[in-house]
Amino acid sequence: MSLLELHGITRTVRLPDDSRLDILRGVDLSVGAGEHISIVGRSGTGKSTLLNILGLLDAPTDGEYLLDGTPIGRLGNRRRARRRGDDFGFVFQQFNLLPGRTALENVIAPLLYARGRTFWRRHSIATSMLARVGLGDRLESKPEQLSGGEQQRVAIARALVRTPRVILADEPTGALDVDTGAEIMTMLDEIASDTGAVLIAITHDLAVAARASRHYRLGEGVLTPITIAPRTAGTLAELGDPLTATDVVDPEAAPVLADAEASA
Amino acid sequence: MTGFVGALVEAWGELRIHRLRVLLSLIGVAVAVAAMTGVTALGDITRQAQSELMEAQSGRPATFRVDAWSETGTLDATATTTAFRDFVTRYEIEQASLVTYASMPVRMPTGTWEVQVQAVDPPYGAMHRIAPVHGSWFTAADADRFAPALVVNEAFLRELGVPDLTGRPTALIGRDEPVRATIIGVTADLWEGAVPEAFILSSAFERWIPPSPEFFAPPALEVWVPPEDADVAEQFLNRDLTAALGSSAQVQIYRQDAFGIEAFDQVFQLVVTGIGLLVLMLGALSLVNISLVTVRQRIREIGIRRSFGASSGRIFFSIMMESLVATVLAGAIGVAIAVVAVRNAPIEALIGWGSIQDVPPFPISAAVTGLVAATVIGALAGLLPALVAVRVKPIDAIRY
Ligand SMILES: Nc1ncnc2c1ncn2[C@@H]1O[C@H](COP(=O)(O)OP(=O)(O)OP(=O)(O)O)[C@@H](O)[C@H]1O
Ligand SMILES: [Mg+2]
Repeated sequence: MSLLELHGITRTVRLPDDSRLDILRGVDLSVGAGEHISIVGRSGTGKSTLLNILGLLDAPTDGEYLLDGTPIGRLGNRRRARRRGDDFGFVFQQFNLLPGRTALENVIAPLLYARGRTFWRRHSIATSMLARVGLGDRLESKPEQLSGGEQQRVAIARALVRTPRVILADEPTGALDVDTGAEIMTMLDEIASDTGAVLIAITHDLAVAARASRHYRLGEGVLTPITIAPRTAGTLAELGDPLTATDVVDPEAAPVLADAEASA
Repeated sequence: MTGFVGALVEAWGELRIHRLRVLLSLIGVAVAVAAMTGVTALGDITRQAQSELMEAQSGRPATFRVDAWSETGTLDATATTTAFRDFVTRYEIEQASLVTYASMPVRMPTGTWEVQVQAVDPPYGAMHRIAPVHGSWFTAADADRFAPALVVNEAFLRELGVPDLTGRPTALIGRDEPVRATIIGVTADLWEGAVPEAFILSSAFERWIPPSPEFFAPPALEVWVPPEDADVAEQFLNRDLTAALGSSAQVQIYRQDAFGIEAFDQVFQLVVTGIGLLVLMLGALSLVNISLVTVRQRIREIGIRRSFGASSGRIFFSIMMESLVATVLAGAIGVAIAVVAVRNAPIEALIGWGSIQDVPPFPISAAVTGLVAATVIGALAGLLPALVAVRVKPIDAIRY
């Protein structure tokens, strides 16, 4: 049985001028334990919306979401909040660290929602998690005193400190330079593999997307499987016109984009 | 359990981060609580001091005063005294005293003074809360002395040119055959510029300085009975004394302690509490204002906490706790300020008259009221921002 299953998920919002905007028009997705998945798509296609629905931060307008076989739609707010804390870890493009608080305090913050041993031992757990991301000597630094890459490492430590089953990363390298981004993604991949967590990453960067085991493109409100060959750089433009790309449903038939340098 | 502790830890962290904001609102609440607690405490203390002073002046509940006089001529003072004494003995009244106002000549270094004197019995001291600042009040044994004993006020001692009682001071009193009286106690002057006054035991007064019969008005009788026996005591006094003194005498009995003064006190208390509440309301308003502004600034942070699994209940509780932790702290500080302020307040000036020997301790009830008020204000001030925070959808908070 898969860990996450989406069936015909839609999301519609009402705009201030009273018109309707269909962001997601029927998304199907099935993710098994330990898989690494990447989702690419142009700006404004609803990637963040989809990720927020996956992470129980937002609710779909229609469709069914099964988490571990449990229909999420039937859970009350409290249970949803609890599952969000227990099962998901979020990494955001803008890091979203709590301002004014030290790296250690930031990593402790999610543990305040844990129970039992994890709660009471939060200090040592957070400390060793920060050491794991290479910031063992920056425990008392505040976000303002850290570089972008360091901040994102704190954010990764924070997302993983409760050993979630699913890591949701929304453009984790979007605010970093290419080298730092690659470093961060390597770390994210490694830790996710170590703990056996599912990693779902949204990105604009094909090199980042290529690291995943399965690839999707979000366009026109639907999710389409694609294949991206391993590469060290690349832009979305290489995927071609999204309108034609939506016709491609079969992963085998999806455009295969080889690394320009590698194929040369 | 972990949820509660977690929320507390979180609230404390928030307070540390927003130190300046917390400090600002703390000042408002602390000042308000200090004002309210201080005013309530001052009210309590003033009232207590006032009632003590009134008891000193007119007796404790229930004190009756009996006056006897004759409309046709002068009443036999000796017979009246005997009738009063008999009554007290017959009913075994422990707290009773004859009271005679008179004056007697006293030889002072500056000349002979005509000093106001009250001839009383030993129980008078307890009945009027007389607490000598030096020496002691009369005891029953003082009646058997070979020389009269006096309890004088400070002005008397000053006029006599004596600093205190260590030299066992005496004074020459009386008209035709002066007698040397021993001063055994000194009471505080009731006001600045008081003139020399003295108490003497009734028995000594009759024996050593008998006044000329034609000027001698009969004494009055004061009895102090438990308030629940007041009605019976009044009946008996009336019946027995009217019978004993005969038809030519007029007997007037009236209750002289300050009962019935409560109504005034309640109005006073109401005004005081009203002012305190008003001040506290102002403090609360500024607190609500500040928290509302900062909650808007913190919407993103609330969203991040949502991603950690914070339920709306937990968010509500956290923000509420922040407000509570802060105001309870502020309340404690406010109470402390009030205690210090009240300790140093010129209470005698506030009452406007008299003097207090020992200022009553800071009323616990006022401190508790201050803390409770701070807590309630904290809860009320936390409610609005907490509701705002809960209404924020996690998704909007993250996007914000
Ligand atoms: N609550 C909302 N109200 C109105 N419009 C919304 C709301 N949420 C999302 N949208 C719109 O839905 C579209 C998809 O938004 P979303 O943030 O999911 O895009 P995205 O794919 O993550 O874009 P980007 O790559 O720029 O982050 C956007 O056009 C956005 O303006
Ligand atoms: Mg986005």
